[in-house]
Amino acid sequence: MPVANKPMTVSTPRDLFPGALEMMILESLRRQPAHGYALVQHIQQRSNNLLQVEEGSLYPALQRLLKSKLVKAEWGVSSTNRKVRTYQITAAGLRHLEEQISSFERMFEGIALVLNPGKAATS
Amino acid sequence: MNWIPNIFLRHKLYDDLSEEIRLHIEERAEQLMNEGMSRHEAEQAARRAFGNRTLLEERSREVWQWPTLESIWADLRFAVRQLRKAPGFTFAAILTLALAIGANAVVFGIMDALILRPLHVPQPETLYGTEYGDYSGFQSYPNYLDLRDRNHSFEDLAAFNFVFAGLDTGNDPTAATGYSATGNYFDVLKVQPYLGRFFHAADEHGRNSAPYIVLSYAYWHSRFQDDRGVVGRVVQLDKHPFTVIGVSPPEFRGTLVFASPDFFIPVVNEEQVSGDGILGSRENTHGLFEAFGHLKPGVTPAQAIADVNAVGADLEKTYPSQVSHKPSSLAREGLTSFGRATAAFVGGLMVLAGLILLAACTNLGSLFAAHAADRSREVALRLALGSSRTRILRQLLTEAVLISLAGGALGVLGSVALLRKLSDWTPFPSAPIHLPLNPDARIYGVALVLALISGFLFGIVPVRQVLRANPYEIVKTGANSRLGRRMTLRDALLVVQIAICAVLVTSSMVAVRGLLRSMTVNVGFEPRKAMLLNLNLAMAGYSSDKAPGLERRMIDAVETIPGVEHVGMVNDYPPLVYAAGVRADVFKDETRETKQSNVFATPYRYNVSPGYFDAAGTSLLAGRDFAWRDDKNAPAVAVANKEFAARMFGSVSNAVGRFFRMQDGSRVQVVGVVEDGKYMSLTESQQPAIFLPALRSPNPQASLVVRSNRDPEQLAAAMRRKVSELDAGLPVDIQTWHNMLDVVFFPSRVATMALGILGLMGAMLSITGIFGMAAYSVSKRLRELGIRIALGAQRKEVLQAALGRAVKLLALGSVAGLLLGILASRVLAFIVYQATPRDPLVLSGVVLAMALLGLLATWIPAQRALSVNPLLLLREE
Repeated sequence: MPVANKPMTVSTPRDLFPGALEMMILESLRRQPAHGYALVQHIQQRSNNLLQVEEGSLYPALQRLLKSKLVKAEWGVSSTNRKVRTYQITAAGLRHLEEQISSFERMFEGIALVLNPGKAATS
Repeated sequence: MNWIPNIFLRHKLYDDLSEEIRLHIEERAEQLMNEGMSRHEAEQAARRAFGNRTLLEERSREVWQWPTLESIWADLRFAVRQLRKAPGFTFAAILTLALAIGANAVVFGIMDALILRPLHVPQPETLYGTEYGDYSGFQSYPNYLDLRDRNHSFEDLAAFNFVFAGLDTGNDPTAATGYSATGNYFDVLKVQPYLGRFFHAADEHGRNSAPYIVLSYAYWHSRFQDDRGVVGRVVQLDKHPFTVIGVSPPEFRGTLVFASPDFFIPVVNEEQVSGDGILGSRENTHGLFEAFGHLKPGVTPAQAIADVNAVGADLEKTYPSQVSHKPSSLAREGLTSFGRATAAFVGGLMVLAGLILLAACTNLGSLFAAHAADRSREVALRLALGSSRTRILRQLLTEAVLISLAGGALGVLGSVALLRKLSDWTPFPSAPIHLPLNPDARIYGVALVLALISGFLFGIVPVRQVLRANPYEIVKTGANSRLGRRMTLRDALLVVQIAICAVLVTSSMVAVRGLLRSMTVNVGFEPRKAMLLNLNLAMAGYSSDKAPGLERRMIDAVETIPGVEHVGMVNDYPPLVYAAGVRADVFKDETRETKQSNVFATPYRYNVSPGYFDAAGTSLLAGRDFAWRDDKNAPAVAVANKEFAARMFGSVSNAVGRFFRMQDGSRVQVVGVVEDGKYMSLTESQQPAIFLPALRSPNPQASLVVRSNRDPEQLAAAMRRKVSELDAGLPVDIQTWHNMLDVVFFPSRVATMALGILGLMGAMLSITGIFGMAAYSVSKRLRELGIRIALGAQRKEVLQAALGRAVKLLALGSVAGLLLGILASRVLAFIVYQATPRDPLVLSGVVLAMALLGLLATWIPAQRALSVNPLLLLREE
């Protein structure tokens, strides 16, 4: 069964750091505009199903992005002829994403250094 | 901020969101169906994958909300629903708080009116009144003049006195009360007239030179119907013409906060209404009631006190036989000589009201704690479903605030009604005494803030409970898993509350018992079956020297009324009426120089007619009563009370026939001794008193004492007929002596009433407290009790298990409260006559009352515990 097939990685939304979900949404939207369901699918596929995002948790994040005008939304009809609300990243959203990614990379670097004692033991 | 468009757009935003989420779940379900699931399975799986839809939708909406306000509104609506679901709790909590807040608002209103609020005059902060060693401002008129002219501290010094007069605008003499004031009175106060003009120092040109009258606004309104043409009219005061020159402003009600006068006249004309002149006699220390004025800029009260004392000492040196200076101090004008007593009384009330509030708060605390415990399942469920603890706490606080607001508002409403009633209340129809209560927003604000604080503080009692709650445990086993055996916070609160209530019950019982006892105390005369006919012959135009003849004729006439046993007369007022005692300086017979430092005693002095002692019911211990021959031409004689006889001559039997000297040096022979009595107040220690023949000092102001077994109304009518036969124009005021004692009983009655009400409130609070605790513990242990009964427990054992704890707490609290109450009652003894806590009746009464309260409060829970049906109960689980 498809649902049962998914790997049981420990990954509730709470385990993401604050802002991670927003970052992933913005990154997905940079590639192409999408509606909520498609975004969930995209994030799950791109992460090789390692990140099992609770589908609903996307929506509070989307609302936050909408409110800070990092994305905009429009009702429309999808290729499969469904009524969908499509999100699109704004210029401000792009800028925000750049900043977030660079700060995330710095953080990741730091964490990696701490977790990798071979490299850190020099000092 | 873009929140204004947000508000309008919000509905669209929310609708979009719901629609979007619905479509999302639909799409997922379709996908799953394509993969081969049944519709039902697919829809379930889609919802599971989505997560907690309601919570997520709320989170999404919260993004747009103006966060605090809107969620507070949601909390409020939820709180109202919750409270409606628990009407018992809500009712008890609101009522508890309303009682406490109401009591505090009333007491605060009284304190504000009497103590906090200054007189309604310009610059009240520098206005001071003089106060002498015995806390009164009385002094003689010549002394006042000297003080006014010699002091360096006051801008100017004014003084006033009380006068009672018949005011006649044509043919309608009506008794009115006023101030006779020095000419500079209004100028010192810097008050401007509402109508016409005031009198000034320049109007005074010696005795009876300024026949002017200023009406108070209230009196002008009620007696003259706001007639602006009244200025310039001539009215008769005790048959003397006075010209109305003005009306005082509405907010100015004289210089004594609880006695507002009908009119003001210059003190130089006081003789025309009071019958005796005070202008000349320096030794008449009760000539003027009080002198007051604004301190000069830069002069401190301490400097002014030193200054006033220096002038007083100087006067004593200059007039040794007429002046004895008592160290004086200053007090804020408005209460001066009544300040201490009033402050003590109001302070006592404040303490008691505070105790009520404390008891109510502990009651609230335990109510909230029980309420929270009852809801622990609900709280656990909400926690398990993902609600945050802060959100739940905020919810509890919202409920607490709601209850405090409702309780506070209810209490304030009640206090408004009560304060209005109190301010219209004139305890004595014949005296202009009332409480100047003008409750304003300030008082209600304080009350509401008090309510909020107490609701908030005690609404958070259950916080710890909530924070500690483990949702999984509670949901699994139910709330009664944690049945603590040790003392909980709730138990402690209950003990404190019961202790406070026991204090209140004890003090109210002590007060009531004291009052009952003071009703039966021997006051040295028998006020029952005695009527008083108060005469003011001056009101009918009789001068002092003509008065005795008419008085004698009146005594004779009243004596002829059938059923009248004795008639006597006393000048001014008899003992204990209007607290109108006059003291005399008395010297030992061997004293040659009657100067103040040689005064041996200052007994109360009454001028009485023959037959007075029989009429008053005062028993003669030795010697004889006066006779009509004891007049001006006979040797001076006196009747002394036992205390005076003992002090002056060592014993009663020694006294008869012995002599003492008066202020003027004259020798007076004691011809009789009567029993001791009370003269000014019921709480006074035993005072000496002397009685002199009224015929030797004629006075147009007198009271006829009539002893009879007849019905007072019939007798009064007969007396009225007799008086009008003698002089139809004489105002007649007849009352029973007993009624006239109301003034004396007033403080202790008010105290008893206040304490009684507070005690009742305490009792009510302890009933609700014990009831809540007992009902709660029974309902929590219902299952256990059922099992006990099923296993064969006896009624007694069941009760012990169910209520043993409540009874123990009750006993603990009562004992603590009783001990505290006994300590507190010592304070009471100052207000209430013979209030002693070491009274077995009071002690057993308190114990009985608390036991009864306990019985009453535990009755229903006990019935419930006994009627447990184990079968039904166990099946229910």
